[in-house]
Amino acid sequence: MAFNYNEYLRTDKMPTLWCWGCGDGIILKAVIRAIDKLGWNMDDVCVVSGIGCSGRFSSYLNCNTVHTTHGRTVAYATGIKLANPDKHVIVVAGDGDGLAIGGNHTIHGCRRNIDINFILINNFIYGLTNSQVSPTTPKGMWAVTTQYGNIDPTFDACELAKGAGATFIARESVTDPKKLEKMFIKGFEHRGFSFFDVFSNCHVNLGRKNKMGEAIENQEWIDSITLPKAKYDKLPEEEKINYFPTGILHHVEDQMEYCDAYDLVIEAAQNKKKVDVPIQVKPF
Amino acid sequence: MAREVISSGNELAALAAIDAGCRFFGGYPITPSSEVAHEMSVLLPRVGGKFIQMEDEIGGIAVALGASMSGVKSMTNTSGPGMSLKAEQIGLGFMTETPLVITNVMRGGPSTGLPTRVQQGDINQAKSPTHGDYKSITFCPGSLEECYTEVVRAFNVAEELMTIVIVLLDETLGHMHGKAVLPDLEEVQASIVDRAKPDPSIPKEEFKPFDVPDDKPAVIPPMFQGYRFHLTGLHHGPTGFPTEDAEICQRLIERLHRKIDVRRKDLLDSYEEYMLDDAEWLIIAYGSVSRSAREAINRLREQGVKIGMFRPITLWPSPEEKIKEIGERFPAEKILMPELNMGQYIDEVERIMKKRPVALNKANGRPISPTEILDKLKEMGI
Repeated sequence: MAFNYNEYLRTDKMPTLWCWGCGDGIILKAVIRAIDKLGWNMDDVCVVSGIGCSGRFSSYLNCNTVHTTHGRTVAYATGIKLANPDKHVIVVAGDGDGLAIGGNHTIHGCRRNIDINFILINNFIYGLTNSQVSPTTPKGMWAVTTQYGNIDPTFDACELAKGAGATFIARESVTDPKKLEKMFIKGFEHRGFSFFDVFSNCHVNLGRKNKMGEAIENQEWIDSITLPKAKYDKLPEEEKINYFPTGILHHVEDQMEYCDAYDLVIEAAQNKKKVDVPIQVKPF
Repeated sequence: MAREVISSGNELAALAAIDAGCRFFGGYPITPSSEVAHEMSVLLPRVGGKFIQMEDEIGGIAVALGASMSGVKSMTNTSGPGMSLKAEQIGLGFMTETPLVITNVMRGGPSTGLPTRVQQGDINQAKSPTHGDYKSITFCPGSLEECYTEVVRAFNVAEELMTIVIVLLDETLGHMHGKAVLPDLEEVQASIVDRAKPDPSIPKEEFKPFDVPDDKPAVIPPMFQGYRFHLTGLHHGPTGFPTEDAEICQRLIERLHRKIDVRRKDLLDSYEEYMLDDAEWLIIAYGSVSRSAREAINRLREQGVKIGMFRPITLWPSPEEKIKEIGERFPAEKILMPELNMGQYIDEVERIMKKRPVALNKANGRPISPTEILDKLKEMGI
C-alpha cells in the first residue's frame, strides 16, 4: 500500500507554493517518511524555517512550526531545543539562509553540538527572490546579480560543518529519495548536531538562464557533480574538484550533546561546585 | 517581608527576572549591560533555568524568542549597538506575539559611541525599534528599587499583552551600587502574570491562536502539548498561517495597536509626581537624570522655592492624560526638561502639552548634575 502522507501534512495548505518539478517536495516527503519510520509523535516535533523557498517548508508539516526571520533559524531552534531537550527539533534552511546571512548561527550550532537536525536545502541560487547569486552558486554561472558570470568562489557546506564541530554530517540529493530518507533516519537518531546538505534542483531560477533545461536535466546535472563517498575517496586528487561526495561523511558519538552538557551546569550550580569537565583546548 | 540588599541596577534587573519567573536568558556581552548576563548565568541554572551566551546580538534575542515561543518566560539584555542589531527579531516578536523582556542599558551613541558612559540616547529607538507599524512598550526605572520592580512589571505586562517590553536602564543606574529595599518575595510571586491558556473546551485541532477579539492579544499555548500551531512573521489570519487578504491584514495590524491602546491607561501608565501639589515650577525628568533633578528640587525647597517634578516611568506609550493635565498647570517658560540626549522625549511632551518646555541637553557621556539644573533654572529666572 502506498505511504499515506496525509496525517503528517497540513493538507489544507496543499498544493505547495513551490514551482512545478521543484526538489523541495521530495525532501518534504523524505522527512515525513523518516519521522514515520522513527515513530515520532508529531506533537513532539518542532520544525523551524527561515526565509526563501525553504521557508515555506514548516507551514506544510502538521506539528509545532515556526517561520522565522532570514538566517536566524538555528538561533531560534537553539532556544526551543534548550528549553525542551527531550523534543525533536528540525531546522530547514536554504543555501542563502543557512550559509550567507545565517552562516554564523550555523557555525555555532555545529560547535555547540546541540541536538538539532539541520537540513540545508542547497539549490545553488536564491530562488524565491529571482536568481541572485548564493554562496553555493558555481563559479562561472549566471545569476541576476552576476550577469557577467559569477566570480565568487563556492562553498563546501559539509567541510564547514565538520570544521565547526557538527557530529553527524551527510549529503544526498533529491535524485535519490530512498537514500535521502535513510540519511534523515540516521541523522535524526543521532543525538548531537546533524547537518544534512541536500542538493535540490531549481530549474526555474538557476536552470533557465544557465541553459540547464527542465527539472529532470537539472537533477541530472546534480548527479553529474556528486559521487558516493567511497568512489569520491578513490578519485585522483586533481579530479576531486569536480565532485561533491555523498553519503554519511562524518559521524562521531564521543562528543557531549549541548543540552546534556547544560544539565551538568545545572547540577553544578545547585550543588555549588564547578562542572566536572576537563579543560580541552582543541575541539576534537 | 521587604528585603534590604546592597546591589547594582544591572544585578537587580537579573534578580527581578528570576523572581518574576524568567527561566531562559539568551544574550551577547556588551558594555555597560553585561552584568545582567553575568548574574543570569549564575542564577538561572540554580533554579533549573537555562542561560546561553550566543554568537552575536541577533542570536541572543532569537534564542530567547525561540524559548519563549515554546512557552518559557525569557529575557535578553543589551546596550545601544546590540539593540540596533536586534531590530529585525524584535519585529518578529511583535508579529508572532511572543512575550520577551529586553533590558537596554543605555550608553553613549550613536555607533560605538561612549561604551562606558551614560546617555539617554535610545528613547526614540525604544518607541520604534524595528520597521513596520506596531506599538512598543518601554519602561524607564529611576532608582535601584525600580531596576527590580520595573523588570518584574515588564515580565507581567509582556505575558499579559503577548508582546516585547523594553526596560531602559542607563549606564549610571546599571552600574550604581547601593542599598535597595525590594518588595517581599512572596508578594512579588503572588503578582506574577502568566500568558493566557487556550479555552480547554475547544478541541486542540480546532484551536486558532490568533482568533481573538479585535482588542485582545493572541492566545499562544506552549509547544509540544498537542496544539500544532504555526508562527510566522508574515501577515497572518486567525489560524496563524500567512495570508494577503486585505481585510485580514488590516485587522491584524489594528489589533496589534489596539491590544495595547485599550489597556494603556489602566495597565501601563506609570509615573511619579514629586512635590507637585503646590509647585509653581516644574521639572520633567526620567531615568537617572531624575536623581539629579530630585536633588536640585530638594535644595530649592530648602530655600522655599515651590518646585516639583513629574517623572514618567512608562515612556512608551506615554501617559498622555497625565502629561496634559500637568502641562495645563505651568507656563512653558517655567517647565525645565533635562535629558541626556539632544531632546528626544521633549518632542513627545510638546506634542501632548502643545507647548515646548525649556530644554537642558547633554550627550557627551557625562551625567547632568544638580548644579547644572540649578544653573539652568536660575537662567530661567527662578
